[in-house]
Amino acid sequence: MVMTTHEEKMRTVRFRVAATPHIVVNSEICRNECSVHACVYVCPANLFVPLDDGGILFNYEQCFECGTCYIACNQENAIRWSYPDGGYGVTFRES
Amino acid sequence: MTALPAKEQFDVIVVGAGPAGSAAALLSARAGLKVLLLERGEYPGAKNVSGAVFYGSAILNQLIPNWWEQAPVERYICRRDIAFMSPTTAVALDFRCAGSGYATAPYNGFSVLRPKFDRWLAAQAEAAGAFLLTSAVVDDVLWDDGRVVGVRVRREQGEIYGKVVIACDGVNSFLAKKAGLQREFHAHELSLGVKEVIGLDPAIIQDRFHLTGNEGIAFEYLGAITEDVHGGAFLYTNRDSLSLGVIGQVSSLVERRKRPYELLERFKAHPAVAPLVRGGKLREYSAHLIPESGWAMQPKLYTDGLLVAGDAAGFCLAAGLYLEGMNYAIQSGLAAAETAIAACRRGNFSARSLAVYRKHLKQRHVSTDFRAYRHAPSFVNGPRLQNLYPEMIARSMEQIFRVDGAPKRKILPLAYRMVRQSEIRPGQLLRDAYQVARAYLW
Ligand SMILES: Cc1cc2nc3c(=O)[nH]c(=O)nc-3n(C[C@H](O)[C@H](O)[C@H](O)COP(=O)(O)OP(=O)(O)OC[C@H]3O[C@@H](n4cnc5c(N)ncnc54)[C@H](O)[C@@H]3O)c2cc1C
Ligand code: SF4
Ligand code: SF4
Repeated sequence: MVMTTHEEKMRTVRFRVAATPHIVVNSEICRNECSVHACVYVCPANLFVPLDDGGILFNYEQCFECGTCYIACNQENAIRWSYPDGGYGVTFRES
Repeated sequence: MTALPAKEQFDVIVVGAGPAGSAAALLSARAGLKVLLLERGEYPGAKNVSGAVFYGSAILNQLIPNWWEQAPVERYICRRDIAFMSPTTAVALDFRCAGSGYATAPYNGFSVLRPKFDRWLAAQAEAAGAFLLTSAVVDDVLWDDGRVVGVRVRREQGEIYGKVVIACDGVNSFLAKKAGLQREFHAHELSLGVKEVIGLDPAIIQDRFHLTGNEGIAFEYLGAITEDVHGGAFLYTNRDSLSLGVIGQVSSLVERRKRPYELLERFKAHPAVAPLVRGGKLREYSAHLIPESGWAMQPKLYTDGLLVAGDAAGFCLAAGLYLEGMNYAIQSGLAAAETAIAACRRGNFSARSLAVYRKHLKQRHVSTDFRAYRHAPSFVNGPRLQNLYPEMIARSMEQIFRVDGAPKRKILPLAYRMVRQSEIRPGQLLRDAYQVARAYLW
């Protein structure tokens, strides 16, 4: 099929999941200081889930390591961003 | 995991095995230098995404004659289209060059798949004598007395010393920042590309795009395709797949609250695109940032003991007609290698000694190209040129060709009405025309 849901897209990508997260989101800041929630829209892996209380639920496991969330977030220190350990994380085969 | 070489000093440490890094490592190793090439991916290319059409064939041919005969290339490009889109129609500029020099050695451009291409190029650097270490993340540079003397790899005893470090670590370059050469970026300076590789039978690809043998096409799309997000889309042919994607400026994705993968679906469903992808099967989805502002986001290019090349230095020409980064990555990687080689001969690695990098970048037409196109990105990557005008062109065509019993209008009154409806003032239109001319014509 050519038209695909986001879940179907993500199933085509290979991730070697590291034991520790390379990105950590401080949901306190999201809840108390951010009204834009830019990360929710821009993340191509759709990893930022808005919570009812205004905070953010984040899971690093299927991350493209693209940096878009870090660039888009306008709150200092809300996102701690780095690369996963060598060899871990996304591993493209075709792109 | 391979062991790190024991406490020895390298002449050149290259960080990142994309096209910039592998080219830098290859040339340095050929000059007889002791070279270490570090890559955080499981293999070179594992983290990398391009469209991808590689326009650096002639450059690579000087390093590796007839390189395409041994490299994993997909198809050579013999047709390029630029399409202006309304939500339901498209007008295209169709450049066909199958019978020209574009289609004979050394060829003008090849479609490639980065995980394969990057792996091959890094292997060429290894064959030239460079030492490649994969699964190695560099976290920092090492300093001694105000100069960079090596890098820190994230592992036990990860300090590695070298006379020159060449940072080829891509658009998010932590190294350029750690070395104090680059500032933080703004969301309007970067675009996000989301891409799919869609498997399709080679016979269908040839039929559908009127290709013989290994000929390929590169289509670019502007206008209503990204809705009101500043950006565009692309579709390229590989041997047995299509590469297609949508590119959107990060700040405008945020402002319009658009999800990039939804724009991708919209693109594939457009009546002018759907027949091209029909029957295909998704093989891989991917995403990557593009440094879109060129000249405006270039860092300081060198400091004591360190040079920056490729996307890390902002050498990616992303401006309407052009999306070229791999060729500039290779050219700037080579220029950095030439600088490092000369510095090793002199035994002087100070910023003053490395300043000849500028000269080498000029000789390789990198800095000159980016200077020439310095006005293009900020204007071309804006709403009127990427969205509004392309859509107006497509909508005008809709009206010009329409036969519905109503009186035929001539083109000028039609265009006049179109401009009036769009709320663009005539003065604005003239200024934009001047800006386009300044960006591309002189
Ligand atoms: C969607 C999209 C489409 C594009 N289309 C085209 C196109 O058709 N043609 C074209 O010419 N250009 C295109 N580009 C631009 C092109 O991809 C880049 O300009 C090019 O890849 C830059 O090469 P580079 O070697 O500088 O960086 P990269 O290719 O990004 O390589 C950087 C390398 O460094 C490694 N690395 C990063 N940080 C570290 C670290 N800390 N430690 C160790 N290793 C590290 C990475 O894993 C990577 O291998 C496109 C870009 C995108 C996103
Ligand atoms: S944009 Fe930043 S601060 Fe706002 S919700 Fe997302 S991570 Fe939190
Ligand atoms: S780096 Fe990219 S893929 Fe990963 S969480 Fe941020 S935006 Fe999403």
